Amino acid sequence: MTKEEALLEYCIRLGDDSLILGHRLSEWCGHGPILEEDIAMTNIALDLVGQSRTLLTYAGEVEGKGRGEDDLAYMRSEREFKNALLTEQPNGHFGDTMARQFYFSAYYYFFLQELVNSKDETLAAFAEKSLKEVTYHLRHSSEWVIRLGDGTEESHQKIQESLENLWRYTGELFMTDEVSDMLAKEGIGVDLTQVKQKWDERVKQVLEQATLTLPEGTWMAEGGRKGVHTEHLGYILSDLQYLQRSYPGLKW
Amino acid sequence: MVTQTKDTQPIWEYLKEIPDPEIPVINIIELGVIRDIKWNDDELEVIITPTYSGCPAMQEMEDDIVKVLNKHGYTKHKVTTVLSPSWTTDWMNEEAREKLRVYGIAPPMKGTADKGVLFGKMKAVTCPHCGSGDTEMKSQFGSTACKALYQCNSCKEPFDYFKCI
Ligand SMILES: [Zn+2]
Repeated sequence: MTKEEALLEYCIRLGDDSLILGHRLSEWCGHGPILEEDIAMTNIALDLVGQSRTLLTYAGEVEGKGRGEDDLAYMRSEREFKNALLTEQPNGHFGDTMARQFYFSAYYYFFLQELVNSKDETLAAFAEKSLKEVTYHLRHSSEWVIRLGDGTEESHQKIQESLENLWRYTGELFMTDEVSDMLAKEGIGVDLTQVKQKWDERVKQVLEQATLTLPEGTWMAEGGRKGVHTEHLGYILSDLQYLQRSYPGLKW
Repeated sequence: MVTQTKDTQPIWEYLKEIPDPEIPVINIIELGVIRDIKWNDDELEVIITPTYSGCPAMQEMEDDIVKVLNKHGYTKHKVTTVLSPSWTTDWMNEEAREKLRVYGIAPPMKGTADKGVLFGKMKAVTCPHCGSGDTEMKSQFGSTACKALYQCNSCKEPFDYFKCI
């Protein structure tokens, strides 16, 4: 694998994480439990989809075959998507969505903090910009985990269950392979073991404050980074890609 | 056809004609999204930076820039987007802040960007309607990406706060 091939794969993974999670959050539009949260989730979706545009555009440039952000978002098949399994998990109830958001934002926040120092100028600039946005995402989801955990008996039990159910998808965020190792060594990518340490601390701290129990399961699901997904991604793509698949090249 | 010089100063003036599509009381220069204007031989380049990655108003601003340049007789131009240094509310001057306040939006506090936002206590925001400091954040996310939703405990009015990034 060349450095360029690794960089392309890296950008696709990052871009797919934000695209798929952004799409998931956008599904809340008009369905939020209260107006403020409807607006919050769609705002976060907007940030993530915007971040994805930067990354997929860059991926297309690195690839050098003339593919742009839209080609990559709308014309790839399920097996070509490299998002982490966590990001494609269903919205469930509001607590499920906040648990998913909290796990992801905590990871992404510390990931971007490292990526700011990337030797790749585009990735470094991207990280600098996105970190400001993700700071708000992490604050928002942390506050909800605390509020639900430290809320009523029912909210406590529900968010605990959400955190347990999604726990098995958190390991994949920190899994390393040839791509991440090569780019970390080059100073382009991020050392995921450092991110994991900070993530562990943050999650522990927030759950403690929320009077919740840290899940203990050690078996972790994986596959997203290799294009092997849960059944949910196919349904997302049929919704996300429908228009461009039916009317290729259609413009507003 | 206007006589074109290699001076960029007039262009900075022309771009002041363009209002922020979502907050029309301030223009895009005051918003701080225009980072540079320069000539590459006979091509004019306007360099912009987005407020937020997904801000839907950016495309509109870009289209408006092109329109204004055409209107003033500039024919060869391009708009380029850069992400670094990333946009910060600290770039907004006093005059722009005052315009926001009069419009009913609490302006961003200066120099608080990035600080204490994760878990620290949020600074008190002053109500743009009655000037009271007794206000409460209702949601970190407001009617647009750049705003948070607040309510004043004195006059009870809800208001938007242009949040710091
Ligand atoms: Zn007031």
